[in-house]
Amino acid sequence: MNMNRRKFVRSLALVTTLAAMPKLVFARAVEAFKADSVDDVIKNLLGDIPVEESDQIKFKIPDIAENGAVVPVSVSTDLEGVDRIYIVIDNNPTPLSAVFEIGQRSVADVSTRVKIGESSMARAIVRTNGKAYMTAKEVKVTIGGCGG
Amino acid sequence: MAGNVKLRGKVKDGVAAIKCLMPHPMETGTRRADDGSVVPAHYIETVTCELNGEQVMSAQWGPSVSKDPYFAFKIKDAKPGDVVKVTWIDNQGETASGEMTLK
Repeated sequence: MNMNRRKFVRSLALVTTLAAMPKLVFARAVEAFKADSVDDVIKNLLGDIPVEESDQIKFKIPDIAENGAVVPVSVSTDLEGVDRIYIVIDNNPTPLSAVFEIGQRSVADVSTRVKIGESSMARAIVRTNGKAYMTAKEVKVTIGGCGG
Repeated sequence: MAGNVKLRGKVKDGVAAIKCLMPHPMETGTRRADDGSVVPAHYIETVTCELNGEQVMSAQWGPSVSKDPYFAFKIKDAKPGDVVKVTWIDNQGETASGEMTLK
């Protein structure tokens, strides 16, 4: 009886510490960056949150990328309460390219350039309060982004 | 080699649109050099953006962001005279930053 209570108290303390951590540091999504399949990436980033297809995300990426080493990408949305934007390239060795943390004072509108190794689906995923939305587009690559 | 972040930006209707370039090799760790040896991974992991010293957004990147990364973002409630600062840290612990005063 006594032992059980001790264990319970200890696990409670651990859970509280873990729950408090993300507030102290913006923890890097290490596992998601290592994951080598899209399903694992999404599971790592979003857990059990279902991902809905949405036409409210503006996802700009060329249909045909002449140079896979430099593919311009931009993601923007008018959805309310966006706190994360993810860029995922399915066929890359590690599909997760970038995570953007959108704060109260920033706009859900980011652009960058990514490497795409071979023709692939590209996804823009947006997380709002407890929900996730996705837009996917296929990109054909004529010269690969790896090996330069 | 890695150099400082170059920023350009302007304010329109209270929203600052910032564009920046960060000279960086962004090595994936899978590329081989001419002599066949693997070039070690060297890429920017974290980028933070501050407005007048307050963090307004940040990004985490993997090695698949292109060499010499380009990054554009927007900040709300910005006005001329505000200072925007962008800082990156890479997986080898190097860091660089750049700042600009909005006009």
